[in-house]
Amino acid sequence: MGCTAADVVAALRLAAGVVQEHRDELVRLDQAIGDGDHGENLRRGFTALLSRLDTEEPASPGKVLKLVATTLISTVGGAAGPLYGTAFLRASAAVGDLAELDCDAIARALQAALDGVVARGKAVVGDKTMVDALTPAVAAAESVDGSVAAVLSAAADAAAEGASSTVPMVARKGRASYLGERSAGHLDPGARSTALLLRALADAAAKA
Amino acid sequence: MKKIINDPETVVQDALRGMQAAHSDLLSVHYDPAVVVRADAPVQGKVAIISGGGSGHEPLHGGFVGRGMLDAACPGAVFTSPTPDQVASAVSLTDGGAGALLIVKNYTGDVMNFEMAGELAESEARSVVVDDDVAVQDSLYTAGRRGVGGTVLLEKIVGAAADRGDDLASCEALAQRVVGAVRSMGLALTACTVPHVGTPSFELADDEMEIGIGIHGEPGRQRVPAGSASEMVSALLDPILADLPFASGDRVLLFTNSMGGTPLIELYLAHGIAEQLLADRGITVERRLVGPYITSLEMQGMSLTLLRLDDEMISLWDAPVHTPALRWGV
Repeated sequence: MGCTAADVVAALRLAAGVVQEHRDELVRLDQAIGDGDHGENLRRGFTALLSRLDTEEPASPGKVLKLVATTLISTVGGAAGPLYGTAFLRASAAVGDLAELDCDAIARALQAALDGVVARGKAVVGDKTMVDALTPAVAAAESVDGSVAAVLSAAADAAAEGASSTVPMVARKGRASYLGERSAGHLDPGARSTALLLRALADAAAKA
Repeated sequence: MKKIINDPETVVQDALRGMQAAHSDLLSVHYDPAVVVRADAPVQGKVAIISGGGSGHEPLHGGFVGRGMLDAACPGAVFTSPTPDQVASAVSLTDGGAGALLIVKNYTGDVMNFEMAGELAESEARSVVVDDDVAVQDSLYTAGRRGVGGTVLLEKIVGAAADRGDDLASCEALAQRVVGAVRSMGLALTACTVPHVGTPSFELADDEMEIGIGIHGEPGRQRVPAGSASEMVSALLDPILADLPFASGDRVLLFTNSMGGTPLIELYLAHGIAEQLLADRGITVERRLVGPYITSLEMQGMSLTLLRLDDEMISLWDAPVHTPALRWGV
């Protein structure tokens, strides 16, 4: 059984709730090694997304993902806007006009999202960014057979582990890199939000 | 948190409304998306000079919109880069048929959002990235040097060049020349509080200062005991001088900037020390700018910027400018 446009919308509503719940945590993480805007920027973007989902009904999963992309690009700002915006835009293109997303489509979408983030932000694994969460998530998604829920759950677990791996890292990209060695010992807020979003998508798939 | 605001959520648009009311002769404000545009835009045949960045650095950038400086400024949320649609909208609102030069401060978010804007814009837009902060090592292991005080000087000089009719390629080349000749460094005595965060951006003891700060309340590279004004000025000037490097015989513009909360009496005191230190090294201060021009909300602290001048830069600096924050020759 695959994910329809309505399933994707439901998952994104859940994700928006998670972003709101974790806004202050993301702000605190970003204050420690950045400028403290990550939680608020994502909250603003996902709040705007919720109101667009109230009025628009995209016809396919790909069109939902594109709506996410354009909304985040025009409301988030900072580094997260272009990065998440590009990720959702590439994911949208990767699934095309499919009416339902199966495991292969989900894995393709995640891979495309990662490629987009890397192209936009030019970070690699070990730079202490969202790439450290997304890269293992893509690998996990590709290695799991089974339901969409199982694929997303494996991706979410791997992303959480990847996010934790950023704690001892010295940042080499983004504003945290200005701190040099002082950035070590902190969880990267972008990796954390990536893990949170994937967990929310996996939880939604498990419920569907 | 005590601030003169109604609602952290609307602080930027509320401030823009006041700005519109105060300076309607010079600029007009568009709200969706947010763009501050020169009142007489588009100016036919003139290269549009556009900048933008997070709010909280006022008067940068909106305060520099007007004749002889910026055609448009894109204000993001506080300390957050503007979005691509704001920048693309600024390009189309100011398009006088000669293209646009986008002045971007080197921060990860700003660079990415302006890059996406360039992909969206319908007319020709080129970018120049300002990265004058010597506190950050420019290496493969960082996002590169931040754009700070040098941005103000660049916007004035390139704005004057566009005003006299230089084409896009010349404006871009001049901007690159300024970027290559300008260096800055800042320090903080206190942190600042972002309205939607509500708590100070970092902790600093009463007797400490943070050296090598950026303009977003992010910590710097080094925390040291707060010394005398002379020690503070040297702590900023020495790395600036060594970096370019500036040498005896150079002619410079010295820009002494308040981070927002430092009063002018302290700023002039620091400026006087910097002038003396430069004179001692045989460096001639030809032009100067003193005041709060690129700030970090209510942060106490200062930055110094040194630009090595040539004759053309001097005449462009002296050219008429009429904006809310800088005005002379008109």
